[in-house]
Amino acid sequence: MLLSVIVGSTVMGDLLQSLEMKRHGEIRDFHPRGLGKVLATLARKKYLILAIAFMAASFFAFMTLLEVADLSFAVPASAATLVFETILARLILKERVDSRRWVGACLVACGVALLAR
Amino acid sequence: MRPDARLQWKTRVFAVIVILSNALGNFSLAWGMRNRTTLSVVDYVAAIFSPWVMLGISLLILWLLSRMALLSWADLSYVLPVTSLGYVASAVIGRFFLSEQITPERWTGTLLIVAGTVLVGLGSPHPGGDL
Repeated sequence: MLLSVIVGSTVMGDLLQSLEMKRHGEIRDFHPRGLGKVLATLARKKYLILAIAFMAASFFAFMTLLEVADLSFAVPASAATLVFETILARLILKERVDSRRWVGACLVACGVALLAR
Repeated sequence: MRPDARLQWKTRVFAVIVILSNALGNFSLAWGMRNRTTLSVVDYVAAIFSPWVMLGISLLILWLLSRMALLSWADLSYVLPVTSLGYVASAVIGRFFLSEQITPERWTGTLLIVAGTVLVGLGSPHPGGDL
């Protein structure tokens, strides 16, 4: 149960964040004034606020999970979100996920699962 | 500098900031929360204003902002594997400061993550895009 909250909210948070930032377009101006303007624009984006709320939810759910389960159980769960999000990035965000990225994402997911043992 | 090369460099610099701010931020949080009992709201507020926790929170804010910037031009399916190097960074920090053992299994895991990161990182952050 807790695990599905974590996976669900992480996936939603990342997808919405990526969607809104893609819509905004590349940030080029890194002077303080330019950054302030970017932040002011972004602070009004509904999806971005929702994304941060999802990320906060996933963070607190993860903390709660750590109280009842081992880290070696909790961390492989985050490896699963990686593959899941790559699939959704292809389907929803229409990203071009080539074989290089599929293999890379699977390697990383296996690596994270091993690291947690 | 060609636009492609410029974007590659910008992407690498931001990926490094995202990875380090996440690993160091989590570490400072964990370090600051060690041996603390948070039973009441007062305990929580006291914990938040302790130097290590403040540092951790600041680093995680930096992480969020730099990740948002990175996602403004790079694909999610690119950013995820590449920034997973943060797991390796956390493992190294754990080995260094908390003297955790690194088993052969963990070394294999680290190698797999690095291989996956390099594989994805060598590709374009936004193939076929108009950036």
